[in-house]
Amino acid sequence: MNMTTDLGIWVSALLTLFIFSFVYKDNPFYKFAEHLFVGVSAGYWTILNFWTVIYPNLWEPLQLAFRGQGVNGDRAGMWAAEQGDYRAFLILPGVLGLLLFTRLFGKIGWMSRLSLAMIIGVYVGIKTTGFAQGDFVEQVRASLQPLWTGSLGSSFNAILFTVGLICSLLFFFFSREHKGALGVASKVGIYFLMVGFGAGYGYTVMSRISLLIGRFQFLLHDWLGIT
Amino acid sequence: MGFWGFLEGLDRRWIFLTMGILVLVPLIWPIALPLMVTPPVRGFVEAIDALPEGSTVLMACDYDPGAIPELVPMTRTAFRHLLERDMKVVVTVLWNGGPGLVDGVLHEVAQEFPDKAYGVDYINLGYKSGNEAVMVLMGQGVANAFPRDYRGQDSRTYPIMQRVSDYSSFPLLVSLSAGYPGTKEWVQQVNTRFNLPMVAGVTAVSAPEYYPYLQSGQLGGLLGGMAGAAEYEKARNEADSATKGMDAQSLGHLFVALCIILGNLVQWSRSRRPGE
Repeated sequence: MNMTTDLGIWVSALLTLFIFSFVYKDNPFYKFAEHLFVGVSAGYWTILNFWTVIYPNLWEPLQLAFRGQGVNGDRAGMWAAEQGDYRAFLILPGVLGLLLFTRLFGKIGWMSRLSLAMIIGVYVGIKTTGFAQGDFVEQVRASLQPLWTGSLGSSFNAILFTVGLICSLLFFFFSREHKGALGVASKVGIYFLMVGFGAGYGYTVMSRISLLIGRFQFLLHDWLGIT
Repeated sequence: MGFWGFLEGLDRRWIFLTMGILVLVPLIWPIALPLMVTPPVRGFVEAIDALPEGSTVLMACDYDPGAIPELVPMTRTAFRHLLERDMKVVVTVLWNGGPGLVDGVLHEVAQEFPDKAYGVDYINLGYKSGNEAVMVLMGQGVANAFPRDYRGQDSRTYPIMQRVSDYSSFPLLVSLSAGYPGTKEWVQQVNTRFNLPMVAGVTAVSAPEYYPYLQSGQLGGLLGGMAGAAEYEKARNEADSATKGMDAQSLGHLFVALCIILGNLVQWSRSRRPGE
């Protein structure tokens, strides 16, 4: 055993043990680690966003623009914008960003909705087209496959896939009572969905055990120097 | 009180303790259970092997410390794989908890390659908030979205960035993600829209969501959780932390399966008791 003398690893290991102590029961050590995490995260997030988003994407290009320069090319001019080099026009997103803080001042709080409307509009557009192209069209295309592929194994897979797809979709068809053929198909659909949920559960267990393994590996290797 | 009654009244902390022991013991004394490389993992390896040497690859590391046990081994192996094949690697992070962590992993692996230099063979462009908006913006110019790298230097000044304009500069996107924004958004916004081939490594909890993309061919390969990372290590003849964790993983799964069976038997025995 070769226990580390690194203070950072000691702090990290002790905080890990404090969090683990919750498994026995809630206690002040766990609460201390939890509150510390929340506070440090908030501070880290604020500073990170200032230096990686506001400073390089807004503050610095605006400084250049007010000196008549841009981030791209040698063209002069405060308003000589082009794609990727928005010069003084960056005032607009800057003002929209500041408007979000008007929520803190009761009477003018409504002004934050202008920025929110912009954010929601942009994201709805991006998400809708992305989903339509990446998920809807591509997944429908991939689902239209020949049932007989020339090989018994892959043909069986294709038929099983098609039956599972149709039956699972029929389970979510609520405009008619699930009786007769529709009832049978939706029942089969439930079984397919259950298999899907089972796979999802298995993967979730794997993820959670991985977290425990990761912490144990840290304690054993980095802290205690055992493995 | 019989056996079933004992199980019914068992304090759940005994289950936690048993799970802890089952995970801890194989980490100290490995059993070396067998491991197979499955087709999704083989697809991941082959997609990288098929690239011409010297290509510039985009590696999106969208995770934070919560995904260390699953995604750091993947990042390590994939980055090592790319550098060994003389690829140039451009790394981005869309999770605010990730840039420092990812930078540490890149630095650790890069030390194995003394001939590879930061800014020439690889670059960490760091974190950018905006999720899908950043992905779309990168389509108009990677340096526009990331004017500065993780170290705070002007990204346009690095030699590697002279080779990079937008997504057309990359033959492959390696997405390592723990959720939103991550692989799903890269598929929706970049793979389909910009026709950029993709492979992905994801946390196990999100893996079932990505199998349809694998089946449709939108993903050329998929690493699912620690098992995927361990298979990738095996395919590359490495034995890193994911491989070492797989014994504990297997024993943990067996114990959960046993708990489910016993839990159902307890319920079944209760239903047979008169008055219940």
